[in-house]
Amino acid sequence: MDEIRPMRAEVGIIPNADGSALFASGKTVAIAAVYGPKQLHPANKRKPDRGIIRCEYNMLPFSVSDRARPGPSRRSKEISLVTESALSAVTDLSRFPGSVIDVQIMILQADAGTRCAGVNAAAMALAHAGIVMREMVSSIAIGKIDDKIVVDITKEEEDWTEGEGSTDIPFSITSNNEVTHLQLDGYIQTKRFKEAIDAAKNACSKILEIQSRALKGEIVDENKGGKKK
Amino acid sequence: MAETKIKQEVEEIEEETYEKSERKLVIPGETIVSGDDYLPGDFTRKEGDNIIANRYGLSDVRGRVVKIIPVSGVFEPRRGNTVIGRVEDITFSGWIVDIGGPYGAFLPLAECPRFINRNNIDEFAGIGDVLNAKIWSVKKGSVDLTLKSRGLGKLEGGMIIKINSNKVPRVIGKEGSMINLIKDKTGTEITVGQNGFIWVRGELEGEKKAEETIKLIEREASSDGLTEKIENFLGVKK
Repeated sequence: MDEIRPMRAEVGIIPNADGSALFASGKTVAIAAVYGPKQLHPANKRKPDRGIIRCEYNMLPFSVSDRARPGPSRRSKEISLVTESALSAVTDLSRFPGSVIDVQIMILQADAGTRCAGVNAAAMALAHAGIVMREMVSSIAIGKIDDKIVVDITKEEEDWTEGEGSTDIPFSITSNNEVTHLQLDGYIQTKRFKEAIDAAKNACSKILEIQSRALKGEIVDENKGGKKK
Repeated sequence: MAETKIKQEVEEIEEETYEKSERKLVIPGETIVSGDDYLPGDFTRKEGDNIIANRYGLSDVRGRVVKIIPVSGVFEPRRGNTVIGRVEDITFSGWIVDIGGPYGAFLPLAECPRFINRNNIDEFAGIGDVLNAKIWSVKKGSVDLTLKSRGLGKLEGGMIIKINSNKVPRVIGKEGSMINLIKDKTGTEITVGQNGFIWVRGELEGEKKAEETIKLIEREASSDGLTEKIENFLGVKK
């Protein structure tokens, strides 16, 4: 119940980008590319005192069994926005006023927890692009299935309807144990919520270790065991 | 002059590489060292007794000062950098030059060493022309260039190769050894900008070989025995 699905992580998968990363947890696979800091157009969106992060989250049409219609949707805009705030909380944007950092996240394959995989990949890509950041960010979806707290829920678990049903709580937590993003979809008791926070912190420290290993040049694949690049 | 400046910086970096023992890759938020006799340098901060990394790169402990040497990321313009750029636009008072990095750069008419008719600015450099210039000032959100120094000016013909600006010292090599080797073996003229734009002119074959070599250096920048690899690649006989 407190197990994360086997993770896979790698940086530098998109040579054209300034920074890029892949993060997979079980069947959920996300890739992220970072371009910038670069000049922001249109100029009226520029902030005179700081740069901005512009996130774009999208699912590829073949990522789910029902073809996902490409392009922005209500859902992908929401996820882009929460990812943006989860990441801008740790990045030092004051270094390049008037600039923009473009973060693009693509979901290659979806099995729940895509926004978390996206944040994990994007945080690695940002670090890989040499962006000045206070902390790393790791993200995990905690669920309550009936009355059990479950870490890293899958689509099957997410669709649970028996008993108390299912609750989905995505967390993004920094390496300093600060929460930068939290959503809650469903119902949960206050006492159980505290359990969920502890579970999330625990899981995020494990994810951080994977992210760190990947950034240090390893191709991490928990299905096979790591190998050197 | 421009190249001496770069050479100096290369020497500084080369000198640093002698102390390899203390270097390791760190990620943001990672504690590099702890203990109160360390001081935070570039891209690090102090929290309690710990020195913590603020960016991804190689940590470097020299004496008491801990800093991070970037291995990736876009060019950060600094005053005095010699850069190569391409003219993007012409305004009534000068040129807008693309030098990579977060900002476009502006070259005012007055910073051009020879007289230019205001009504005919593109006589000297039109859109798409390549300039070798020096960064004269970096202000919040804008970079100003000058051509008033020896060795600066317009670069005619040739082509531009873009590499990561952090790998520039490797392309130049110790006291310019690497770049001279490439120039010799490919019979090309090469000018390296600190922003990672490299201008190459020569015969087509030579240009192609030079580009391949430079790209190889960029890929293998951190590996041991780089000079040897490049010598083999260029077919140097010993």
